[in-house]
Amino acid sequence: MDSGYIAQQLVNGLILGSMYALVAIGFSMIYGIVRLINFAHGDIVMIGAFATLAFIETVGLPFPLVALCVFLTCCGVGIVIERVSFRPMRGAPQVTGFIASLGISIMLQNIGILTLSAQPRNFSFPGYMQTILHLGSVSFRIIDLVIFLTAIVLMVTLVLLVKKTKLGIAMRATAENIDVARLMGININHTIMATFAIGSGLAGIAGLMWGGKFGQIDPLMGYVPGLKSFVAAVIGGVGSIPGAILGGFILGLAEVLFVGLLPPIYSSYRDAFVFGTLIVILIILPNGLLGKDLEDRA
Amino acid sequence: MLTVENIDVHRGKTHVLHQIDLHVGHGEIIALIGANGAGKTTTLKTISGLLRPTKGKILYTPEAGKAPIDISTMAPEQIVGAGISQCPEGRGVFAQLSVKENLLVGAYLRSDKEIEKDIQSVYEMFPILGERSTQAAGKLSGGQQMMLALGRSLMSQPKLLILDEPSLGLAPLIIETIFAMLQKINSQGVTILIVEQNAVMALDLSHRAYVLETGRVALSGLSSDLASNPQIQKSYLGVE
Repeated sequence: MDSGYIAQQLVNGLILGSMYALVAIGFSMIYGIVRLINFAHGDIVMIGAFATLAFIETVGLPFPLVALCVFLTCCGVGIVIERVSFRPMRGAPQVTGFIASLGISIMLQNIGILTLSAQPRNFSFPGYMQTILHLGSVSFRIIDLVIFLTAIVLMVTLVLLVKKTKLGIAMRATAENIDVARLMGININHTIMATFAIGSGLAGIAGLMWGGKFGQIDPLMGYVPGLKSFVAAVIGGVGSIPGAILGGFILGLAEVLFVGLLPPIYSSYRDAFVFGTLIVILIILPNGLLGKDLEDRA
Repeated sequence: MLTVENIDVHRGKTHVLHQIDLHVGHGEIIALIGANGAGKTTTLKTISGLLRPTKGKILYTPEAGKAPIDISTMAPEQIVGAGISQCPEGRGVFAQLSVKENLLVGAYLRSDKEIEKDIQSVYEMFPILGERSTQAAGKLSGGQQMMLALGRSLMSQPKLLILDEPSLGLAPLIIETIFAMLQKINSQGVTILIVEQNAVMALDLSHRAYVLETGRVALSGLSSDLASNPQIQKSYLGVE
């Protein structure tokens, strides 16, 4: 096992991790602001993937415009889901929202199967995207590079938005104390809507990436990235955006290295390993790596 | 300025407020005193729009001589926009936001150029906040958090400032600082409605006061009269 092989595995892990991170960010943001574990979040990845296919094949847009349209489409889907299902049950016990999100998830999957059929579809990115580049002993496709760089740009933009802008400060204030945020004049409906929109838009972009990376999409494809990103968000500390990013990369790297470095007979234990990691981290750090102890208030 | 007319408020199935009537005149300091569970905080939350009255009206006149508006059906952010700012019970600073970000949240509805200047005047009022402006608000002491909460409420440039138990859990010296500041804010033309368990301080600061008992107004009048009322002295001022 030479260093080139390990470098190649690291690159693969970073690419996978950047997709987990994008989905995990939305998970974490939504949990942070409304304390909702949104299991329908993974299915937004699926919607993003099919939207990509639609915009490329039926509308025939150029690639950057496709990405923008997918982002906006999924923002819209997130807004509609929040408006029709989560807003009416705001203030209800946490478990109500949790069950509702499972329901929405199952509904989205079944609408997908009904209207798009359960058959996997091939995902055809333009040919130049598939060109293989070599960097020393590491090789990757242009699409992999695009995935990684897009993810990084989106994450930096998001962190700046949350840190610096008025909307970002309002989102953090609402996440911390919804009633006091209202007393300060923040329209929490707008803030929560913006959170769902941004989180869902990022998940949609992850769907585009997922399709480009693995070449096949189907209506149930959101399940795995949804669950793994949930794990990534929990590892990083639910509610923390940097935590979600860190958790996504750790999970992506760990998963790829586990499969790549251990003897092949263990590779089918990949998911057992993912959840094992989760359990170990939560035993040591119950709030995740960067999570804040919410009870710890002066 | 503010007339609460005959409001009834329910929280869940509990009938908390019964026909509450309050009047706050322009430029006054009004105190609302009463025991735990008398309905003081509920009254304030209803004025700010966090709770809705099931009966009655809340009329607000931003400037003397203008027509009153009924704010009892308005959203909290609209009420803030109309000039009523509440400094909530337990201070409610955003612990993970910096001191400065807390002040910016207070100015959320404003988009004018004066925000930075107003932040500086809060720092002049409480210099410790200026020194710690980039630190997380959760790291401040209780007294400093109260100063921040008060400064934050002022950032929306309120005409009516509502305070819910500003003295809660604070050292006597800090309470004096805060109350002196309230006096000063009032002298600059801001009307104040204050809820306090510390009836001595509240009656000393305010012009008039209302005494709430189990969701009803039991007594009201000039603060100086109430302070010498034997019944009040016995129940709230600890004078035998």
